[in-house]
Amino acid sequence: MNVSMTINGEAVSREVEARTLLVHFIREDLDLTGTKIGCDTSQCGACTIHVNGKIAKACTLLAAQADGADITTIEGLAENGEHHPMQTAFWENHGLQCGYCTPGMIMASAAFVRDNPGASEDDIRHYLEGNICRCTGYHNIVKAVKQVADAAAGGA
Amino acid sequence: MWPQQFDYQRADSVESALAAIGDNGKFIAGGHSLLPAMKLRLSTPDQLVDISRIDALRGITNGNGNLSIGGAATHAEIAASAAVGAACPALAQACGMVGDQAVRNFGTLGGNIAHADPASDPPTALVACGATIHIQGVDGSRSVSAQDFFVDLFETDLQDGELITSISLPDCSDCQCAYVKLPHPASRYAIVGVAVCLKMDGDTCAQADVAVGGATVKAVKCAGAAAALVGSSLDDAALSAAAAALSDDIGDWLTGDVAYPEAYRSAMAGVFLKRAISAASG
Repeated sequence: MNVSMTINGEAVSREVEARTLLVHFIREDLDLTGTKIGCDTSQCGACTIHVNGKIAKACTLLAAQADGADITTIEGLAENGEHHPMQTAFWENHGLQCGYCTPGMIMASAAFVRDNPGASEDDIRHYLEGNICRCTGYHNIVKAVKQVADAAAGGA
Repeated sequence: MWPQQFDYQRADSVESALAAIGDNGKFIAGGHSLLPAMKLRLSTPDQLVDISRIDALRGITNGNGNLSIGGAATHAEIAASAAVGAACPALAQACGMVGDQAVRNFGTLGGNIAHADPASDPPTALVACGATIHIQGVDGSRSVSAQDFFVDLFETDLQDGELITSISLPDCSDCQCAYVKLPHPASRYAIVGVAVCLKMDGDTCAQADVAVGGATVKAVKCAGAAAALVGSSLDDAALSAAAAALSDDIGDWLTGDVAYPEAYRSAMAGVFLKRAISAASG
């Protein structure tokens, strides 16, 4: 079957098997390998992307379900060669250890702060319950997100 | 993990969805219960009919004392809905505790109850709050109470080829309801979930409904616990009597595992009944 969608601002169209998961479509058909596959059971959040602006776990959607959608992956978060503020904050706070959960963490956090500028540490920890860091590096991840949330509230 | 092969088509109306579903087909909305089951080959449909973009299945309305939620409304939409928050806080709370935000953005109430995971949150709230499930098939439509809809472990009254079009609840603006749970520390599924719906006449409890999930193979309505609350002022003695009665109510349906055996879950159900009443009254 044919699926068409916009990924990181670019219109794409491919013939795929109906059973193709969105995460496989992104990684294997489009070669955008920033989005990771972790648990493959919608628990770990390594495959978190934005579908029409909302966070989604790409391992638990079919590419067919996203037909016509506007999708952003970690590769599309930077604009005009400048890192997204969440990417910069993860860099500055060393919000990663092995880095495998990082694309999903950043995608979830970017959507959260966009919708909740000024979020508290408790809010951040609760929101990120669907993103698991198996290095257990949560402390600096939360610090990074809090930095962007505070800046977003100050600028509002 | 790839599911086995199937044909996929998107329906633009309930009628076309019902006409398209074959002998071994499944409706898919968010797919957040169905796709994990398909990856594990616990479900092997040869056809999926996507109902997620049928507008008639998505709305949330409140009119004439009746809250109506489309079968394909997402948990996130329900949790954030002012209409649900006013008419049935317990359901808004339960939907807000399903999975995580990404799961709630796509998982739907209709899909959740069709799957009937005993450790999921919304079924318990629906049973306590007297929900009705509205179902359509090629031969017509029918309605069944949430209490009768949930039959057993992962088993519901839904028949092959039938579609959950909406879930309705009496507007409980004049009652107090709440859903609380003891989440599993890793999965966040309910080890025990308790929902209560109370109608107070001054300090006296005039009407009570109680349901338990998580500890049981399905969401169970608890008449004994409710009877112990009615006529009381929700004092400590009444709460203890209700907690004791609750053990009997759920006794036939209890489930457990090595980490959280039946006796533990039964005891915790009593504890969380008291917390649910406190949350509802607060």
